[in-house]
Amino acid sequence: MIEGVSIYEILTLTSILFFIGVYGFVTRKNLISVLISIELILNASVINFVVINKYVYPEMLQGVYVSIFIIAIAAAETALAVSIIINLYRQINSVEVKDTEIMKH
Amino acid sequence: MIGSAIASVSSRKMLRTVIYLLFVLAGVAGIFFLIDYNFLAAVQLTVYGGGVIVLMIFSVLLVHHIEMKLELAKLSKRLVTALLCILGIAVFLSAIYSYDFEVVNNDITTTTADIGTGLLSYEAGGFILPFEVISVLLLAAMIGAIIIAKGKKLAYKRQDLEDETLENK
Repeated sequence: MIEGVSIYEILTLTSILFFIGVYGFVTRKNLISVLISIELILNASVINFVVINKYVYPEMLQGVYVSIFIIAIAAAETALAVSIIINLYRQINSVEVKDTEIMKH
Repeated sequence: MIGSAIASVSSRKMLRTVIYLLFVLAGVAGIFFLIDYNFLAAVQLTVYGGGVIVLMIFSVLLVHHIEMKLELAKLSKRLVTALLCILGIAVFLSAIYSYDFEVVNNDITTTTADIGTGLLSYEAGGFILPFEVISVLLLAAMIGAIIIAKGKKLAYKRQDLEDETLENK
């Protein structure tokens, strides 16, 4: 645990981070920006897992495993999303959310 | 960190938002270093700082003109969303502060070997099955990403191949 930093402060930080991600997810109109917001949300949850693991159950490692899996899935998701975005850009020449009405051409 | 996060969802220049996201991710890795999970911090830095950010910069550069400004949502929509988010933060914080965490004082250092043995153990509490599943998932995502990004060319080739076989018959 960090000296002089309580678990409440870190959880406050992560919930603020989470809601910044939600705000970006709702207000942004660009697919890549939406992807960035998703990264913020996932990172907030990863910090939560790790911090609760460290502060409350320090002898266990479950939170670390779960966060490793979250990081792996986020990386896979980003790769897939970027490839879909590039493919979409080739077909309709835009990455705005409002232009993506059909998934198949 | 929070400043960079806010900047990364509100800046209007695409490339800058990605760099702000990089700052946020580095801050997260710093938290991991502080609570003594060095392996996790290294994974965070390499996967996010090295992989995801580079991927996003590539996609931004492929897709955008560098000087293009992003379109903003309507002011009313932004205000409503910000209000709802602040409400959500308030709910979260009230839930967090009303719960009494039984914090254990400790300075256990976790080595990478501990994480590795736990991840690969077959005994109760081992994580071998999700580990294998995630490796298959990563492979599938990789192949899927390649095929989707290749797009039409691959599909055309397959079409040509099928046509040729039909003609041969």
